[in-house]
Amino acid sequence: MFVEKSQVESVQKISDNIFLIKVLAPTISSLAKPGQFCNIKVSENSFPLLRRPFSICDVEGDYLFFLFDIHGEGTKLISKKKPGESLELLGPLGNGFDYKEGFDTAVIVAGGLGVAPFPYLLKNLSYDKKVISLIGGRSKKNIVTYGLKNVLTATDDGTEGFHGTVVELLKREIKNISQSKFRIFACGPTPMLKTLQSYCVENNYDCQISVECAMACGFGICQGCPIDLVNGDSYLLVCKDGPVFEAKSVKL
Amino acid sequence: MVDLSINIAGLRFKNPVLLASGTVGYGNEIAEFTDLNKLGGIVTKSLSLKPRKGNPPPRITETPSGMLNAIGLANVGVESFIKDKIPFLKKLNTTLICNIAASTIEEYVECTRILTQEEAIHAFEINVSCPNVREGGLEFGNDLNAVGRITEKVKAVTKKPIFIKLSPNVSRISDFAKVVKENGGDGVSAINTLVGTAFDINTKKPKIKNVTGGLSGPAIKPVALAKILEIKRNVDIPIIGIGGIMDWKDAVEMMIVGASAFQIGTVNFINPNAGAEIVDGLTTYCEQNSIQNISELTGSYQI
Repeated sequence: MFVEKSQVESVQKISDNIFLIKVLAPTISSLAKPGQFCNIKVSENSFPLLRRPFSICDVEGDYLFFLFDIHGEGTKLISKKKPGESLELLGPLGNGFDYKEGFDTAVIVAGGLGVAPFPYLLKNLSYDKKVISLIGGRSKKNIVTYGLKNVLTATDDGTEGFHGTVVELLKREIKNISQSKFRIFACGPTPMLKTLQSYCVENNYDCQISVECAMACGFGICQGCPIDLVNGDSYLLVCKDGPVFEAKSVKL
Repeated sequence: MVDLSINIAGLRFKNPVLLASGTVGYGNEIAEFTDLNKLGGIVTKSLSLKPRKGNPPPRITETPSGMLNAIGLANVGVESFIKDKIPFLKKLNTTLICNIAASTIEEYVECTRILTQEEAIHAFEINVSCPNVREGGLEFGNDLNAVGRITEKVKAVTKKPIFIKLSPNVSRISDFAKVVKENGGDGVSAINTLVGTAFDINTKKPKIKNVTGGLSGPAIKPVALAKILEIKRNVDIPIIGIGGIMDWKDAVEMMIVGASAFQIGTVNFINPNAGAEIVDGLTTYCEQNSIQNISELTGSYQI
């Protein structure tokens, strides 16, 4: 874990409200694992006060990529960053995915911006792993497929791909998928993860979910991001013990 | 050469920069980012006799220039603290203050009685002002009698200095400082967080599960300064200032209004190296202002 002053290389608009920022951060780039995140100070003053957590979307050499949409003051400020400006990162944080062995097919299940951690995960999968990416969103404009492979899409309003949720799409595809030994890697809004979780627990599917939670520090000192365990008397912290958990182990 | 060291109740701190309880856990996580040995002291996360799970999420939300938290005193309990946390803390070359939060007066006494046997602990901070738990917490912090009795009874089981952490959610904080002094307390820590809340305008639900939380961060610095000044002008007791310090300038200001030492809290979440940077900033300020000993700053206001 390091505090690193990165330099903005580019901010690319991917769709209506979705951006990809590329920053030069050699230290964190060299350490980052798929599924980890950075806590980013978006301004140099006290507005906004706290850092904002962002999944590490991709790593290319000394460069890190973060995917985000504008939903508040912090993300609005990041979207306006110009090349050459600095951005202070704290990271890499969290545990990351367990992706090395135990499966033949990686099934990505993502809703909206939940696609963020997967480009880097796919890049790190060993060559013999198959990949299928199921990507959902409210509408066509919310679908992001940056850096993904073998994509099937689902939209709530039917404007692209399967008409329905991404979990319904998974159910439709499961017969094909379950031909091989698979592991689901999922990230997205909590209601989506909940539906996916109960489906996976019912069927005893191997599933890892990356969870989102409001947090201040990102490394365990503020205790702001507890998550309840299915078995256990104390909370774990999303920032330090997660953000990736076995779907069957936590209460959402 | 500037002397940054200070002395409170016979306890020497190498400088007045302390890390506030509940913002650095038990020291190990933040040590990855900063040299804790550079600091005057660390105040550990509130301990209760038995472990506490804390409040359900969401526990925090950002507000203008501040944040609300309702962690609910989640902690490992005294036994695990001694077994699992002290070994790391005792290796540090800094003053260790152990914060205690309890539901009953007896529990405060029992925690202190057990922990005072630990050589690594140099002093206690008694939290009578947590706004986020039902029992103890503010129930005590709002009651002059209770604060007096807790001070007296805790003091009776330890020879180590006792600092009482006061609530700003009272009409006259100096009355509480007076009671602490009368009952043998060695100092007060002021202030704990202010009670606040925030609601989502779309769902009409509170942004933190506990509904109300404690407000901290730069938003509360003016309140902290006013409360510290009030204590300083009315009671002769050492004050450890807390509330919204973000950098060395804020720290100097807090010492001017009456703090002998100060704690930094919310800033640790944003800049885990803030304490060390403040030590450097204070040194430069003292050099530039021909201050030989930093304690000269305490209460040096010109009104």
